[in-house]
Amino acid sequence: MADAFQPVKYSPLSELPLPAGGIELSERHDIGKVNVRGNPEDAAFTVAVEKVLGVELPLVSNTTTSTEEYTVFWLGPNEWLIHCGENKQTDLTVALQESLQGQHVAITDVSDYYLVIRITGAKAREILSKGTPFDVHTSVFKQGDCAQTCFGHATILLHCVDENSVYDLQVRWSFAEYIWTYLVDGALEYK
Amino acid sequence: MFLINCPWCGQREQAEFSCHGQAHIVRPKNPNDLSDEQWGDYVFFRDNPKGIHYERWVHVHGCRRWFNAVRNTVTDELLVTYKPSESAPELEN
Repeated sequence: MADAFQPVKYSPLSELPLPAGGIELSERHDIGKVNVRGNPEDAAFTVAVEKVLGVELPLVSNTTTSTEEYTVFWLGPNEWLIHCGENKQTDLTVALQESLQGQHVAITDVSDYYLVIRITGAKAREILSKGTPFDVHTSVFKQGDCAQTCFGHATILLHCVDENSVYDLQVRWSFAEYIWTYLVDGALEYK
Repeated sequence: MFLINCPWCGQREQAEFSCHGQAHIVRPKNPNDLSDEQWGDYVFFRDNPKGIHYERWVHVHGCRRWFNAVRNTVTDELLVTYKPSESAPELEN
């Protein structure tokens, strides 16, 4: 009998060059991702989600809420993204499905669709500005804020983890090599 | 920079948006009763005004929501943006 198929975990970023200076890049392997859609004006929905997450959904655009376990991103007026621990996405999806049973919602595990790149270092903001039209200045983009925008030609979700130059950039995995090499190229002048 | 006010995300750069033509086109309720010419008008023919134009836009790199905008086709100013659930503001050239 043929051996059962074993999925292989592979990152498109594993063999790419590192930036010359100014920033450090790393892929965050420790995140599961779940997309949630529902009506925030329906208290039954918001309460049921809060019961699972232990934190309110961010209802203000471009903001996040977080606990030790979860970070919840505002994606739209009826859409959120939850970052949970590595391999916790299935448990979270099931918990949300149970809590929201019978409601008009969508809960989707998107862990393998996106990839998160952590950007740290003194030049992080400058290098981000080379690719995105979004204003990443600390007077506008503060700790805990998020923004969906573009970087080069790719759509990204940017998260300000710390105004002192810690950013998480989430992108569709097929665009990840493009973004990574764009960032490495942007860091060349800080060698 | 050409900034557009997304009704949900606030001011963002034009590169994040995509325009999809004339807004407030209503699909006929009785397509079977229409002549080919009337149906053709609905499917293919659009206004091409000089001045105020009501358009559909989508914040494609942002929240991915559709909204409407009023643009002056002469000056290329985006005068107002509003949610699809809101009624069109009356503006004159």
